[in-house]
This record gives sequence, structure tokens and C-alpha cells, in this order.
Amino acid sequence: MVHGEAWTIKEFFTYPNEYIYWTIQIVMYPFMTGLVAGAFVLSSLYHVFGVKQLKDIARFSLVFSFALLPVAMLPLLMHLQQPLRGIEVMMTPHFTSAIAAFGIVFSTYGMIVASELWFVYRKHFVETALSLKALPQPDAADKLRCLLFSVLTLGAWDVSHEALEADERAVKKLAAAGIPVACFLHGYAGFIFGSVKANALWMTPLMPVIFICSAVVSGIALCILTYILTMEIRKQLSLRRRLAHPEIPSMEELKSAEAHVVAMTSRYLLMFMVAAITLELLDLIFRGYTAVKSWDILRSVIYERDFVNIFVIQYGLGNLVPFFLFLIPGLTIRRATVGTVLVLLGVFMMRWNVVIGGQAFSSSFSGFMHYVLPIWPTSMETLKEGLFGALIVAIVPFCIFYVLNKVMPVFKKA
Amino acid sequence: MITRRSFCKKSLLIAGGLAVPLAALELFDPRKLLAEKDQKGPRWVFLVDTRKCVGCGFCVKGCKVENEVPYDANVTRTWVERYVVTKDGKTHIDSPKGARDGFPEKGIDIGHGKLEEIRDEEIEKAFFVPKLCNQCDNPPCVQVCPVGATYQTADGVVLVDRKWCIGCGYCIMGCPYGVRFFHPVYHVAEKCNFCYHRITKGMQTACVDSCAFGARRVGNLRDPEDPVTKVIMTERVNVLKEEYGTKPQVFYLGLSKEVK
Repeated sequence: MVHGEAWTIKEFFTYPNEYIYWTIQIVMYPFMTGLVAGAFVLSSLYHVFGVKQLKDIARFSLVFSFALLPVAMLPLLMHLQQPLRGIEVMMTPHFTSAIAAFGIVFSTYGMIVASELWFVYRKHFVETALSLKALPQPDAADKLRCLLFSVLTLGAWDVSHEALEADERAVKKLAAAGIPVACFLHGYAGFIFGSVKANALWMTPLMPVIFICSAVVSGIALCILTYILTMEIRKQLSLRRRLAHPEIPSMEELKSAEAHVVAMTSRYLLMFMVAAITLELLDLIFRGYTAVKSWDILRSVIYERDFVNIFVIQYGLGNLVPFFLFLIPGLTIRRATVGTVLVLLGVFMMRWNVVIGGQAFSSSFSGFMHYVLPIWPTSMETLKEGLFGALIVAIVPFCIFYVLNKVMPVFKKA
Repeated sequence: MITRRSFCKKSLLIAGGLAVPLAALELFDPRKLLAEKDQKGPRWVFLVDTRKCVGCGFCVKGCKVENEVPYDANVTRTWVERYVVTKDGKTHIDSPKGARDGFPEKGIDIGHGKLEEIRDEEIEKAFFVPKLCNQCDNPPCVQVCPVGATYQTADGVVLVDRKWCIGCGYCIMGCPYGVRFFHPVYHVAEKCNFCYHRITKGMQTACVDSCAFGARRVGNLRDPEDPVTKVIMTERVNVLKEEYGTKPQVFYLGLSKEVK
């Protein structure tokens, strides 16, 4: 069977070789890079602009951004027909291609986040390593942990006041440098689509900007959501542990801290959401107003075939409903949870409607293609580019975050 | 012990020293030298006379066999489209299996395995249009390939390196003509290459050889005596989707406005 045939249904006239070649994994790719960029921008709001209220979530989102980073690459690899050759993008980049910049931007960004994390957690590394060294009878696990943390200090054991201040300055500089790189990382994902002149739906110079705005929205939403979830787990844990350790924060302390952080962060979420929706609507109105050759087929895709996906799920459920949920005064944790889940759904659907919607019509403008998401995998292809492949991509960052949190505790008070 | 100052100085010196021989590469660009010698090879172009095409599909068959594109796979390097324009102004188009078996059914294939029957008296005009890679002068597929696996030869033909293609599909997305697909066996991007292995040895392409009606011809645009060049230069030819700025090099005679 030809690649793409398993999930493409054709209607009316399409060119014989046309199939939905870019599937769920290419939806996941901008979604995941968007989360990376968004999480980083959120942490930079504290580090660079000194938004003090975001202090708690800043560390969290920085570590989470790092956990998401390797996963941004995963959907691309899973979608490649020759995944083992993926490294060629780094080795023989062909710079007229928008994808070729991936290796450079991605590794630059990775290095910035990694070094920023190192500066943020250096004190912790040194303290942990020293306390492990001081143990009278360390077992094998302690020795291993001691070695790990000693290596992580990279030989910089100075934790004097001056040295820590220097660290803070470095964090600030790195976070500042990271913002344009994070925006570029995601903006160029938008450029990959926006520059395809053969695709009438994708080709618009607004695409990178739209992608960046919705990326920040999704990144902040995911940070809030994960923050709420981890805080809930901590609350449960603290209930159990408080009997033995009275020094850990009480339930009420955790609750009020949580509510405060969520309320603050959701304000930034709203701001970026307004920007994202404005740009998307501008694009839609402009297309309708100019009505170039492709508008006939685009109109039937946007207003008829994909109406539910675009207007009901993306704009209605994913934008309008959470917008009001966040605007109504007295934001509760429960409402924030529902709101962020809906925002994430909205951004995911926006990616879906761009990637799949862009292939929903033939480049002959005379026919349509319908994408049927493979649910139960019957072959390697339907596993990789089906529901399960997407789920793998969605779950992996949380696993990485779990491991990272062991080394770089997100909630430890500095 | 090396000081920081001397380290910086020495690294600058080494970098500068390396830059000089590297600059020589720019001075002696082999392609530039070749161009200066004015040894121009051919520029392969294609001429399709839609008025002669009967939609038999022999070209598609011939191409599939010659270029080892699996016969039953629903992809093809070249195909034939059937256009039926009815009196109500509607255009009905189809290309079942790329017209590998011609058009055995009179009804128009509208997908889902359904046929749309059109009565003879409703038909205003009907014709066939063969399609293949346009070997664009400004090929978007070459531009977007992230690893340079697809490239344009000096004689204008765009080729794919099967050993280097990573299978990302960006070229397939970038082609406005839909000529590219994934090869079902090699799992890399695949497309018509004007039977490069044949034309460079002075032979015709497989589709040209299979066409009993002379609807397809391949020629060299840099040879003014080439009969194909003469037609392109002197007659009213047209190209497909000029608005994309790809500068297609497959020329059509008798192209109608309905052709997509």
C-alpha cells in the first residue's frame, strides 16, 4: 500500500498521487514545539522582567520546557519515512529549506535552556553533593548520587553570596537571549507551513506570528495545568506526611499559594490569547475579502467541511468558553483547570485545522481529501502515524519531567 | 604555559590561515569555470499535444514498467486526466488509477468508488490532458528539501537521490502539480525524471515511445534545430499553473482554461 492511502478518503477529482502525507505527527510537532516555547517564555517573564508573582511557576516551567524539548523532535522522527537518516538534517543541511534550520535553532535553544537550568540549580547541586559526601556510611545508591551531583556541578563548588549573585545575572542574560530563540524556534515552525506556496491554506506571512502567539498560549496553559496537578498531588502527600514532618507546608499554605499563582498566570494567558485570536481572525477575514483563486475551495473547506472542527471546537470550545471562564471574577482552581484544558484543546485543534485542513483539498482545487485517524494500529505505519503514536509523543514529556524533577526539584524553596 | 592573550592571537592566526585556502574554493567555482567555457549541454523540455491524446493510458503503463513503480500501487509518475465540460458550464474531471488502463468506464469517477453518469447530449466538450513532472526552472521541491536529496541537473531535470532522501515529504507538499509521491518499495520521494537514464543516452522517454499518437515529445530547448524547440518557439504553447513562479518546462498545445 502507498504511504497515505491507509487514512485518506478522496472525493471528486484529486491528482492520482495526492494523499494526506502529513498526519497527526505533524500536528503534534508544532503543538509540542509550541509548548516548549510557551513554557520558556513564561519562565522568562519572571527571570527577565522580574514579574515576582510568577516566581513559583518560573522554575517549574523552565524544567518543564527542558523536558518537552527532546519531544519536539520525536514527532518529526516518527513521521519520517527514513527515520535513521534524520541526522542528515544536521550533517548536510540544505539552507534554502525552512526545515534545514531545525538542527541549528533546536540545538542553540537546547544549550540555552540547559545552561540556564545549570545556573538556576547549581547551588542545589553543590549542596546535595556536599551533604552526600558528608554521610558517614554511604551505600551504593548514595555514592552514585554523589557522583552524579558532583559531575553536575561541573567543578564549580563556590556557593558564596557573590558567586550566587553572578549565577543570577547569568540566568537573567540567558533567559533574555532565550526569548528570541524560543520565538524563532516556533516561529520558524510556522514558516515551514507559511512558505509552502503550493498550499493555498498555509501560504500567508502571518503564519509564523500566529504560531508564536498560540504557542505562548498553549505553553502557559500547560504550565498552569501541570502546576495545578502537581500541587494537588503534593497536597495529598502533605496530608499524609505532615504527621511525621510538621515543617513541611500545611494544606492551607499550599492552597493559597496555588490559587495566587494560577490567578496571576492566567492573566498572561488571556493577553496572549487575545493576540492569537485577533491574528487568526485577521487571516480569515483577509482571505474572504481578497477572495483569490483558491478562495472557492478554501471557503467550502472552512465553512462547510471543517466547520465543526474550526468554529465549534477550535474557536468556540477552545477560545470563547475558556475566555469567559478566566474573565469571570473569583477564579477557582477547578475553573482554571477546565479553562486550561479547553485552551490546550483549542490550540491543538488550531494545529490540526492548519495541518490536516491544509491537505483537505486537492491542489487541483477540484476535489477533497478526508483524513481518517488510524486508531487501532494494524501496521508500523498506522502505529507511528496514528492515535498511539500521538499518545506516545504526548506522554513522554511527563516521564522526562518526572526524572528531571528528581535531579532538579521544582518545588524546593530556594 | 600559554596565556589567554597569546591563545587568542594564535587562534585568530590559524583561522585566518585556514580562510585563505578556503577562499580559493570560491575563486575556482567549478560551475563558474564551466559556464565561462560556454559549453552548454542540453536543456530537456517536454511538449504535450492535448489535441492528439486519446486517453489510452499506454504512456502510464509504459512509464510504470520502465521505471519500476509497482504496477498496482495507486501512485504514478505520469497520468492522464479526462475533462468533460457539460452545457451547464460544469467541469467533470477524473483519472482512475492515473488512467493506467485508459478510461474503461464512461461515467466520471468521483471517489468512494462511485461513478457519475453524464448523458452524451449534455456534453459541450471533452478532452484528455497528460501530466508529468514539469522539471521547473525554479523548482520548489529542490528549494524545500532539507538535506539536498533532490537536486536539479545542469540539463534542467530534477532528480531524487534515493540514498539520501529522509522521507519528510516536504517536497511532496511543495509541488503545486502533485507529481511527487513516496515510492512504495524504497520509501523515499519519487517523481518523473523524463526517463533520465534514457534521454541522456539519446533515447526517447518511455511514455514518448509508448504513445502511438505523437501526443508526447521530448526535446532539447538549447538546440534551435530540434523539432520540439521549433514548435515551442513558433506556436502558441502554454504551461500549467504559471502563477506559482515555478517556470514549468512542460509545454502544452491546445490547453483549455478548465485544465487544473
